[in-house]
Amino acid sequence: MSEHKITLTVNGREMSGYAEARLTLVDFLRDVLGQTGTHIGCEHGVCGACSIVLDGKPVRSCLMYAVMADGHEMTTVEGLEGPEGELSPLQDAFWENHAMQCGYCTPGMLIATHTLLQDNPDPNEDEIREAIGGNLCRCTGYQQIVEAVQMTAKKLREAS
Amino acid sequence: MKAAPFDYVRVSSIDEACQALADGGEDARIIAGGQTLIPLMAMRLARPTLLIDINEVDDLTGISVNGDNLVIKARTRQADTLASDVVKERLPILADALSHVGHTQTRNRGTVGGSLVNADPSAEIPLIAQTLDATIIAQSTRGERTIAAGDFFESAMATTLAPDECLTAVRFPIWPAANTGFGFHEVSIRDSDFALAAAAAQTTLDSNGNCQRLSVAICGASPAALRLSIVEETLMGSDLNDDAIKTACANIDDLIDPQSDVHADAAYRGRVAKVMARRAISDARDRAKGELV
Repeated sequence: MSEHKITLTVNGREMSGYAEARLTLVDFLRDVLGQTGTHIGCEHGVCGACSIVLDGKPVRSCLMYAVMADGHEMTTVEGLEGPEGELSPLQDAFWENHAMQCGYCTPGMLIATHTLLQDNPDPNEDEIREAIGGNLCRCTGYQQIVEAVQMTAKKLREAS
Repeated sequence: MKAAPFDYVRVSSIDEACQALADGGEDARIIAGGQTLIPLMAMRLARPTLLIDINEVDDLTGISVNGDNLVIKARTRQADTLASDVVKERLPILADALSHVGHTQTRNRGTVGGSLVNADPSAEIPLIAQTLDATIIAQSTRGERTIAAGDFFESAMATTLAPDECLTAVRFPIWPAANTGFGFHEVSIRDSDFALAAAAAQTTLDSNGNCQRLSVAICGASPAALRLSIVEETLMGSDLNDDAIKTACANIDDLIDPQSDVHADAAYRGRVAKVMARRAISDARDRAKGELV
């Protein structure tokens, strides 16, 4: 069994720690780096709660060992907030639309929909549902999440 | 749900990967996307002693046309393959199938080669490899070897790749575009879940609208994706009318070996596989005639 020094750029900050090769990236983020915004759900790639943005693309952080991410850049849910720590327009719309109940899936939902809106500022309902197709939510029935994304897209379009 | 301990090495070339495999013994495994291997390791269904990470090997990624073949290097991400214009244009059957593979998050990591070596009986990429008689290219310290898809998929999650071999690329034949069409159909519990059964077909019609070339395969109803040669032979030369397709597909019960699990019983899987095959062939026919986009 090998132990490795791992250095990641998380939300623009360089962070390091040591881990066994078998430690998943989500465990490393939470338990070694203290970045607990990313949630662990199923631990085998089904629920999407642990989604993060890795090198610009949404991925599941339970389906990577931390050592595989050494030297790479990522955004977690903590990185979505504004410069003064305020909620992002998307996070605000989740609040406005009651797009969560227990909140367990929320970090993953935010990451999935944040990357959707970066690629596609005007998604239709099908595209939104496709983007969150890999994220399970057992509270909302997804409808309010879809509405929150639609509201964000509208607000961002009006602002630009 | 934590993997058993293992050693890890990151390599930067195919030669280094092959050397690490040769030195690592039978329980060394290549890891690229890890979207199948990591869950298997979390559930301890797989316990490799050494993982060889090929994610930084640039020689293992890329899509190119080489003569009548489309060559996809092993570590090419499923998402990049799905987004590729050359795949959409030259190999639309693969582009269509890829949209059913996992979700955005898993396609961003999952690779074409990884799906082939994992050889899940329900997986779409092995199904297309079987349908089109793809050629798998493998390398080891002993040299390079090519394996026909028909000889590659052995059983569920098992291939004829030797423990010291690294899959480096897959070659999909490109059929002449004129009067050629494909069909792909799948039934799953939810979009992007594993297929309960799926089928792919590609056909070329002659100037009279009769079938002059046909390939059909199904997955989910046998230990590995299965070519339906008997259906192909029966339909060759026919006008592929719906009744002929239905009759030809009625005879596949002896070939398939569907399994029951929590999602579907064997009889259901077998019936769905047959219906998927029928629909895939009729879509291929309609696309070849230009009647279906």
